[in-house]
Amino acid sequence: MSDLADCTVLAGRSVRLTRRNPDAVITALVLPVLLMLVFVYFFGGAIETNTGKYVTYVAPGVLILCAGYGASMTATTVSDDMTGGIIDRFRSMDTGPTAVLSGHVAASVARNAAATAAVLAVAFAIGFRPHAGPAEWLAAIGILLLYITTLSWLGAAAGLLAKTPEAAGGFTFAMLFLPYPSSAFVPIDTMPDWLHGFADHQPVTPVIESLRGLLLDQPTGNSPWLALGWCLGLLAVALPLCAVLFRRRTG
Amino acid sequence: MHPAAEADWAIETRGLSKAYGSVHVLAGLDLRVRRGSVFALLGPNGAGKTTTVRILATLTRADAGQAVVAGHDVTAARSRVRRAISLTGQYAALDEEQTGEENLRMMARLRGHSRSAARNRATELLERFALTEAGRRRVSTYSGGMRRRLDIAAGLVTDPQVVFLDEPTTGLDPRSRRTMWETIGSLTRAGVTVFLTTQYLEEADRLADHVAVLDGGRVRAEGTPEELKKTVAAQRLDLTMTGRSAYAELAGQLGERALHRAPEELVLGVATDGSAAHVRTLLDELDPTRAQVAHFSLHSATLDDVFLELTHE
Ligand SMILES: Nc1ncnc2c1ncn2[C@@H]1O[C@H](COP(=O)(O)OP(=O)(O)OP(=O)(O)O)[C@@H](O)[C@H]1O
Ligand SMILES: [Mg+2]
Repeated sequence: MSDLADCTVLAGRSVRLTRRNPDAVITALVLPVLLMLVFVYFFGGAIETNTGKYVTYVAPGVLILCAGYGASMTATTVSDDMTGGIIDRFRSMDTGPTAVLSGHVAASVARNAAATAAVLAVAFAIGFRPHAGPAEWLAAIGILLLYITTLSWLGAAAGLLAKTPEAAGGFTFAMLFLPYPSSAFVPIDTMPDWLHGFADHQPVTPVIESLRGLLLDQPTGNSPWLALGWCLGLLAVALPLCAVLFRRRTG
Repeated sequence: MHPAAEADWAIETRGLSKAYGSVHVLAGLDLRVRRGSVFALLGPNGAGKTTTVRILATLTRADAGQAVVAGHDVTAARSRVRRAISLTGQYAALDEEQTGEENLRMMARLRGHSRSAARNRATELLERFALTEAGRRRVSTYSGGMRRRLDIAAGLVTDPQVVFLDEPTTGLDPRSRRTMWETIGSLTRAGVTVFLTTQYLEEADRLADHVAVLDGGRVRAEGTPEELKKTVAAQRLDLTMTGRSAYAELAGQLGERALHRAPEELVLGVATDGSAAHVRTLLDELDPTRAQVAHFSLHSATLDDVFLELTHE
């Protein structure tokens, strides 16, 4: 399938472009690690959780925050392509939207896998001790990858919608905010009542609950299924949306 | 379409129209470009040259009309057209943070070359466009001319049948421009059809087999550069008058016959065939007292004259 070959070439390109952009390296790798340290050392002392050390409670949350945030940068990379001349060249070479967009998404997943590894390494270094067997680890990584993929496709849609790369950055901002009103950093029952409805029913909460449950060997309830449902549902919206937006954008 | 006609024309359009809001950019454009020729589309800024190229290269849809490129309809058989053409747009379409070589390799891979074939093709093109040294550097460090050359090279990673070049030499110095002309010439020797737009009339004159002047959404004139020049008189006799009053008097007398007017320099131009007899007759006719004309010069028509003549408001 030539789309697959093109996607590989373009994912390689996107990863290379990230590596060469100091801003992007900092936002993709350094910032997540810093966030981990900030949460544990600045806020950790003040937050009560039922998992013993705060680092153990918060590490999955920071993983989610970084994943969502990193994935949302797809909005900017897609927007860069759409506003520069390069998309015309790709189109005139019959490289279709499927290859162009999935190239960006694949690069995003690769980038975020690296960031996740870095955050995990730092978390281990500062005392994160999960209790998970290989099956739990696999399930956790699977959910994380699905989450990253989903947000990357949503990011791609946002990038197609935004008129400028700066505007596309707004999506990143939203993704940076979304984990806060969830159980990522503090238990939901410590939040004001009016937030419970949103925090309980937004997609980040089941993802984070599954991750925490799997890694810390706690009951997960139906969280993994909710997480799966949310991700697949959002993907089912994002993929056709991308197709429509791309066609509208390129007339 | 008739098979013989199909063999002859690399590009054929009928009644192409395109409007952006209330701006009617193209209003029934008819063009024919012979296979293996160089076709130059001229026109003032905003005439719709880029729009035409984008429609022919399948990037923009026309509102009405038909276009057949390399034997395929641009809307009905978009992919086939895309596989037969290459486009180098008016503005660079390169990754600034990849090296020249990486850009070319990427394009070649997207065009279906294997890894090693792509590498060879990139090396070959860098050499052909005098970018071998620069190939290892990021494009962000390139000069405007180098960028332009790389951009055109990127269009040639496969061997297209029709090459679209939107203002290929804008921003190039005279030497690079000449090199580019040679490159374009060498393309047609290999049987490729080149469709280019340009602001430089001299360029069209030097390169093109066929020229069309676009204005007001239609083709105002077309033909070989020679034919077009004939439409404005092959030669012009320019007379420098001795003073303002002499200029005003002769300008009044000539009326429409004056092909060229430059009041500041006191110059008026009239058509001539360039023969001594005709020039002498003209001088006697226009300056019977032999006191009004200070100097004269003969001027061969350029495409600039055609352009200005055809596109004046
Ligand atoms: N996407 C667009 N939306 C709205 N108007 C457009 C669009 N593209 C082109 N136009 C308008 O169409 C007209 C023709 O533009 P075009 O770029 O084809 O001209 P051009 O002949 O290439 O000009 P130039 O010599 O400056 O490159 C202009 O008035 C331009 O403003
Ligand atoms: Mg133009």
